[in-house]
Amino acid sequence: MDVTAFLVQCLNALQYGLLLFLVASGLTLIFGIMGVINLAHGSFYMIGAYLAYVLAPIVGASFGGGFFATLLIGVALSVLLGYVLEWAFFSFLYEREHLQQVLMTYGLILVFEELRSLLVDDDAHGVAAPEWLSGTVPLGGLMTYPVYRLFISGVCLIVAAGMYYVFKHTRLGMMIRAGSTNREMIQSLGIDVTFLYRVVFAAGVALAVLAGMIAAPVSSVYPGMGNSVLILCFVVVVIGGIGSVRGALFAALLVGAVDTIGKVLLPQAAGVLVYVLMALILLWKPEGLFKAG
Amino acid sequence: MNRSAALFVALVFIALALVPLVAGPFGIDLVTKIMIYAIYALSLELLVGGTGLVCFGQAAFFGIGAYADVLLSPQSGTPSLLWILPACVLCAAGAALLVGALALRTKGVYFIMVTLAFAQMAYYVAHDTPLGGGSDGIYLSAKPVLGAWLNLGKPVVLHDFTLACQIAVFVFLALVLRSRFGRALAGIRANEQRMRATGFSTYPYKLAAFVLSGAIAGLAGFLFAVKDGFVNPELLGWHLSAAVLIMVLLGGLGHLRGALLGAFTFVLLQEFFQSETIFGAFAKHWHLGFGLSIIAIVALLPRGLVGVPGQLRERLLGRAARSTGKLPDESF
Repeated sequence: MDVTAFLVQCLNALQYGLLLFLVASGLTLIFGIMGVINLAHGSFYMIGAYLAYVLAPIVGASFGGGFFATLLIGVALSVLLGYVLEWAFFSFLYEREHLQQVLMTYGLILVFEELRSLLVDDDAHGVAAPEWLSGTVPLGGLMTYPVYRLFISGVCLIVAAGMYYVFKHTRLGMMIRAGSTNREMIQSLGIDVTFLYRVVFAAGVALAVLAGMIAAPVSSVYPGMGNSVLILCFVVVVIGGIGSVRGALFAALLVGAVDTIGKVLLPQAAGVLVYVLMALILLWKPEGLFKAG
Repeated sequence: MNRSAALFVALVFIALALVPLVAGPFGIDLVTKIMIYAIYALSLELLVGGTGLVCFGQAAFFGIGAYADVLLSPQSGTPSLLWILPACVLCAAGAALLVGALALRTKGVYFIMVTLAFAQMAYYVAHDTPLGGGSDGIYLSAKPVLGAWLNLGKPVVLHDFTLACQIAVFVFLALVLRSRFGRALAGIRANEQRMRATGFSTYPYKLAAFVLSGAIAGLAGFLFAVKDGFVNPELLGWHLSAAVLIMVLLGGLGHLRGALLGAFTFVLLQEFFQSETIFGAFAKHWHLGFGLSIIAIVALLPRGLVGVPGQLRERLLGRAARSTGKLPDESF
C-alpha cells in the first residue's frame, strides 16, 4: 500500500470513528446518567437516516430546499421524539430492576423497525448529498477524496467541540457531569432529576439522529441499518468507560481505526478484531479507559 | 417454591407430554422448539436470576453446542447419543470455562459487554472461517440414536427426549439453587462484598455457575441442531443472546418457572403475530404487535409473568399494588 492509499484509509478511519463517536456519545450519556442500557439507540440512528431520506423532498417542496434546513428540522423532531419517549416509556421504570429497561428498549426496537417498514418501505434507498458537497478533492496527484466525507468529519468535530463547551462551561453540563458520578447526591442537592433525565435522553436521541442524517448519503438507507451500529457503539462506550464522553471520543477513533485498517490488512479477521480489542482492553482495565467520576 | 407453583409446573410438564397425542407434525415441532428455548432460558436464569450475572453472550454456548453436534457427527453411520451428547455439552462447558475465567474479572455492565465480545468472536469464527461452513452454515449428517428405540430423527421421540431433558434441567437447577452452593450464589447476587466479608471466595462460585450455565445452554443448542438438522452462524449471534435475556425477563427474574413461562410466551407471541390466518397480509409486519406486547408487559407487569397471580391477589384483596419489581428473597 502506497502512501496516498494509506492516507485515504486514515481519512476513512477518522470519518468512521468520528461518526461512531456521534452515535456513541448519546449512548454513553443515557447509559452513564440514567443507567438505561438503551438497545433502541441503533434505531434512533436508523430513524435519522430515514428522516434524511423522507424529509429532503418535503423540505425541498415547502421551503425551497436547503440541506441545513433538513438537518435542523430533523434534529428538532428528534429532540421532541426523545423527550416524549422518555416521558411515555421510561419515566416509570427507574425504581424498578434495571433490566426491565432493557426489555422496554427491545420492544421499542421492534416497533420502530416495523413502523419504518410500514411508513416507508423495505427497500434500500440512496440519499443524494447536496451538490456543493458532492465534489472531490485531489489527493497526491492520482487519488481523490470525496468532500462529503470530510464534511462528515467536520460536523462531528464541531459537535464534539460543542459538547465539550456545554460540559465544561455551562450549568447544565455541570449537572450532567455530577449526575454521571453520583445520581443520588445531585438529587439530594435539589436538582430536578426528572427534567435532567428528559433533557439527557432527548439530547442522546438527537445525537444519534444527527449521525444517521449526515451518514445517509454515504451509507444509503436500508432496513436493519441500526443493528450493526448499535453493537459497535456499545463496544465504544465500554472501551471508553461508561458515562465518559472524552472516553467515547478516544474509543470511537480507536475502533474506527482498527476496523478500517483491519479490513485492508487482514480482511479475513476484520469482523473479529474490534471484539478482540475490547476484550483485551477490558481485561487490562476492567472499567474502561476513562471511567467517569 | 410454594405448593401452587410446584403444581403449576407439574401441570405444564404433563400438558407438554400429552401434546403428541393431539397435535400434528407442526404442533410437535413448535412445542419441541419452545422446550429447547425453555432449557436455554433456564441456563440463563441460573446466571441472571440465581447469581446476578447478566450474560449477554449466552448464544455462544448455545451455538457451540449446536456446532459441536454437526462437526463431531461422523460422515457415515449414526452417532450414539451416549457419547455425542456429553461431548457437545463438554464443548460448551469448556468454552464457558474459558470465557468465564476471563470475563468474571469484570463487573456489571462491563461483564455484559465482555460476554457479548466473546460471543461475537465465536460468531465471526463460525461466519468467516471454513471450519464452520461459513455464513451458509452446514447440514447435520446423521441424527443421533441410542439403541433401536431412541431415534432422535423421529419428531415424537425428539419431543419426548427434549421434554425429559427439560424436566431434568428444571429439577436439577431447583436442587442446585436450594443447596448450599445455590444459597451462596443468591448471596453473591444480593451483596457480593458481604459474601466476601463472610469468608466466601466468590470467584470460584461465579465461575462454577457460569460453566454450569454454559453446559446447559450447550445441551439446548445440541437439541436445536438435532431438531433442525442444520446449523448456521446466526445460532451464535447477539440476536439470540438478546432473545433469551428477553425470555428470562418476560417470565420474571428470580424464578425458574419464569424462564419456562418466558420462553413459552416469547415463542407463542411470535407465532401468534406471524399467523396469516389471524392477521392476513398484515402478518408480515408481526414485529409491531410483538414489540407492542413486550412494551405492554413491561409497563403492566412489573414482576414479569410470574408475578401475575400475586398482582391479581393484591388487586382483589384491595391492598395497594406494590410495583417495585425487586427480586424476591427466594431464588427459585
